[in-house]
Amino acid sequence: MASATGRRARIGHSVRSYANLVPYVFFALFPFYFMLVTSFKPNAELYNLKSIPFWIQTGVITDHYRFLFARTEFLVWIKNTLIVSVVATAVSVGLSILAGYSLARLHFRGAGTFGTAVFITYLVPPTLLFLPLSQVVVWLGISDSILALIVIYPTFLVPFCTWLLMGYFRTIPREVEECALVDGATRMQTLRKIVLPMAVPGIICALLFSFTLCWNEFIYALTFISQSAHKTAVVGVTADLIRGDIYYWGSLMAGAVLASVPIVVCYVLFLDYYVSGLTAGAVKG
Amino acid sequence: MAVGPRVLEATGFPGPGRFARIRQWWEQEHVFGYGLILPALVLLVSLVAFPFGMAIYFSLSDYWVGSPGGFVGLANYREILANEVFRQTVQNSFVFTGIALTLKTVLGVWLAVLLARDLRFKRLIRGAVLLPFVIPTALSTLGWQWMFDSLYSVVNWTAIHVGLIRPPGPNWLGQSTYAMAAVITVNVWRGLPFFAITTLAGLVAIPREFYEAAEVDGASSWGRFWHVTLPLLKPVLAVVILFSTIFTFGDFNIVYVLTRGGPVNTTHLFATLAYQIGLNGGNLGQGAAISLFMLPLLGAVVFFQLRYIRKE
Repeated sequence: MASATGRRARIGHSVRSYANLVPYVFFALFPFYFMLVTSFKPNAELYNLKSIPFWIQTGVITDHYRFLFARTEFLVWIKNTLIVSVVATAVSVGLSILAGYSLARLHFRGAGTFGTAVFITYLVPPTLLFLPLSQVVVWLGISDSILALIVIYPTFLVPFCTWLLMGYFRTIPREVEECALVDGATRMQTLRKIVLPMAVPGIICALLFSFTLCWNEFIYALTFISQSAHKTAVVGVTADLIRGDIYYWGSLMAGAVLASVPIVVCYVLFLDYYVSGLTAGAVKG
Repeated sequence: MAVGPRVLEATGFPGPGRFARIRQWWEQEHVFGYGLILPALVLLVSLVAFPFGMAIYFSLSDYWVGSPGGFVGLANYREILANEVFRQTVQNSFVFTGIALTLKTVLGVWLAVLLARDLRFKRLIRGAVLLPFVIPTALSTLGWQWMFDSLYSVVNWTAIHVGLIRPPGPNWLGQSTYAMAAVITVNVWRGLPFFAITTLAGLVAIPREFYEAAEVDGASSWGRFWHVTLPLLKPVLAVVILFSTIFTFGDFNIVYVLTRGGPVNTTHLFATLAYQIGLNGGNLGQGAAISLFMLPLLGAVVFFQLRYIRKE
C-alpha cells in the first residue's frame, strides 16, 4: 500500500518535471525549427499573411539553397572560415598547452601574477579592443585578409584555453611526473610523453571550444574584412545576403542553417566535452 | 694555468660540456617555466595589452581613420558625456543588463534544478537546451529577426490567432520598448544554457546528506530549495553572474544584427555605439572613449557584486 502511493508520488513528480521542461525545450529549439522551415518554403507562401507559418503547405523547395551556391560566394566563405578556424585553433591550443602546463605545475617567481593576468585578459570583452586592433592589422599590412583573423583570434583563444588546460593539468598526479624526471627524462620529454597523454580530454575540449569560438566569431571578422571573397561564413551570411534594405528571408535562413551545420555536427558528436568545458571554463579557479 | 670553459668558448671550441650546460640551464624549473609561457606572453602583450594602451591613447586624441591626430586631453570624454545618444546608451546598457541578468538567473537556476532530477532522456534534454549557446549567435539572431518581422512576425501571428492581441500587433523592432524587449529576449535565450549548465555543475556537487537532514526536519521541497540548495549554490552562482554581467554588458552581436541600435538609439549598447561612431563614422578617438567608458561602470558593478558575496 505504502509503496503504491510512493510510486504514484514519484510518477507525479516526474510528470511535473517534464511539464516544466517542455517550455524550456520549446523556447530553445523553436527558432531553429522555424529557420529550417523558412529555408525550404516557397516565397509565395512565405509572404502570404493567410498561410500558417509553422509548416509548409505548398511543397518543399530547395531554391533558397540553390541560390546560395549559384549566386553568392557561400562556398568561399565556408572555405575561409574553415582555414581560419583550423589554423587559429591549432596555434592557440599549442601555445596554451605550454603556458597552461607552466602555470599549473612549475614553480617560478611571478607564476601567480601571470595566471591572474591570463584570467583578466580572458575577461576583457572584444568590444574593448576591436577599434585599436583594426588599426594594428592595417599597420601589419594584413587588413582585409583572412590572415588578419588568424593573427587576432588567438588573443581570445589563448587566455580561454590556457585557463581551461590549467585546470586539467592540475588533476594529473604530480608523482607520475616526478618518477619520469628521476628516471632521467628531460622536462620536455616528461611533458610530451607523460603529461600530454593524460591531458587528452582537456586538449580535445580546448580544440572543440576554440574551433567553435572561431567559427562563431563576429565583431573582428565584421571589422577587419570588407571584400566579399575574404569574408567568413557568419559575416557573409549576415552582411552580404541583405542587398540594400531587402531581406531575402528564404536564402538568409538557408545560409544561417548551412553555416551552422559544422558546429552542430561537432556538438552532437562531442556533447559531453562541451558540457565539461563550459563548466570548467567558468567555475574552476 | 688551467683552461676554463669560458676560454674554450672564446676560442670557438665547442667544449663537450657546452650542450650539456645549455641543457642543464634549460632544465632548471624556473627557466623552463618562463620558456613555456614566453610565446603566449608575447602574443598577449603585443595584441592585447598594447592595443589596450592604444585604446587609451586614441580616447585622449582626435584620431580619425587615416589621420592620426594630436593629443586633446579629455575632450572626447567631455563631448560624449554631453551627448544625448551616449546618455541614452548608458541607460540602455543598465536596463538591458539588469533585466536580462535577472531573467537568466531565475530561469537558469530553475532549469538547473529540473535538469538535476533523475529523468529519462536527460542527455537529450540537456543537449537541446544547450544548443542556443553553441550555434553562431549572429546567425540565430537572424532567425529571431525574421520571427520579429514587422509584417510576417510568427510571434504576432500566434498571439493574434490565440486571441491575446489585436491585429496587426506590435512592431517589435520598430518601437523602442518592444525593441528592447526583443533584444533582451534573444540575449536570455542565448545565455540561459550557460547559466543552467554551470549551475547544474554546482548543484550535483551538493552532498545528498544535506537534503536528507532537511527532509528529516520536515522541510517542504520549497523549503529545501530555499534553505539548503540556494545557500550552497551561492559561490557558483556568484561566479556565473559575474561572468554574465561582463559579457552581457559588452554584448555586440545581438543588438547589431537585430536593431543596429535603433529605433532612435533606444537599444544601443556601448559596443554598438562605439562601432557606429568609431568605424562607420571614422572617429576612432571618440569610439575608443565610448568603449573605455564601460570599464569604470563594469568595475563598479563587479566591485559591488564581490562585496556582496564577501559579506554573505
